[in-house]
Amino acid sequence: MIQGFLILLAFQLLGESLVVLLSLPLPGPVIGLVMLLVGLLGLGRVPESLKITSDGLLSNLAVLFIPAGVGLILHFDLLASEWWIILLALLISTILAALVTAALFQWLMKRAGGQK
Amino acid sequence: MIIGTDFWVYFAARPLIWIVLTLAVFTLANVLYQRANRSPILHPVLISMTVLILMLLVTETPYETYFSGAQFIHFLLGPATVALAIPMFQYFDEIRRLWLPILVSSAVGALVASLSAVGVAWLFDARFETMMSVAPKSVTSPIALGIAEKIGGLPSLAAALVLVTGVMGSILVPIILKRMHVEDQAVRGFVLGLTSHGFGTAVALEVGAVAGAFAGLAMGLTGLFTAFLLPIVIG
Repeated sequence: MIQGFLILLAFQLLGESLVVLLSLPLPGPVIGLVMLLVGLLGLGRVPESLKITSDGLLSNLAVLFIPAGVGLILHFDLLASEWWIILLALLISTILAALVTAALFQWLMKRAGGQK
Repeated sequence: MIIGTDFWVYFAARPLIWIVLTLAVFTLANVLYQRANRSPILHPVLISMTVLILMLLVTETPYETYFSGAQFIHFLLGPATVALAIPMFQYFDEIRRLWLPILVSSAVGALVASLSAVGVAWLFDARFETMMSVAPKSVTSPIALGIAEKIGGLPSLAAALVLVTGVMGSILVPIILKRMHVEDQAVRGFVLGLTSHGFGTAVALEVGAVAGAFAGLAMGLTGLFTAFLLPIVIG
């Protein structure tokens, strides 16, 4: 487990360092994710300790958002004036994205002849 | 001895109590969620956020004090984001087989989801922070928080909006897919994962294993495409 945790943190550190060095507009952990993915593709398998640590983190992912979410307490004034715009934006964009993606993906899958 | 006092700081009551409360509230909210047959409206994170915010308001505790303890939980979001590489690696055969439909649809879908939300907010003269917090709303939370921070949004608002989008999508998207007469499991899963990240993936897993796999795949790719494309498009 420690080994797995070390791998994750090392890739995060690598990602964060690249973001700083190249002043990329991306979150460091996302770069770490991509580099780890490339590494796993090269290796061809997931090391056991990495799998255990990742499963542990990912199956308890929900609890990790709570500290950030509670920060909403700092933005009550914004919510009071713009909550309806936000809800409308979420509603319209969810419907639109579902329609476009369903139609496009279905069409491309048929064209590729790879139904199923 | 300085080392001694520094060491004992970690056991000081104040930060510790907020970690304990965060985990305890979540555990209780989770029990409620299971009892309510996993109704998305009662998602344990939404309930926990509400309860903890009420606790801070009632006890007049500043958010900084809360976060001085809760940051130890928050810190794990970084390694958890990197860990998303593992499920993506497991879907890689699928990507190789159907790479064109998958990559094109997830890139286009991710941009439509994000830009249409920003567009609506812009039409109604929302503040800049609001627009930038709405932008990553379809993206799985660990990536969404990072994106919001990078483009000038409010990470805490983004975290809440990602959850609301997940609740909305897991109720609305199955209805939309039914209206469109989409039968294919792969397509249903893909759309659920793209629009509603983890919430959609959970719904897709109830449809079947193929739908679940495509949902997880779409969720990961939406996160990556939004992270890479959004700063370019907005910039």
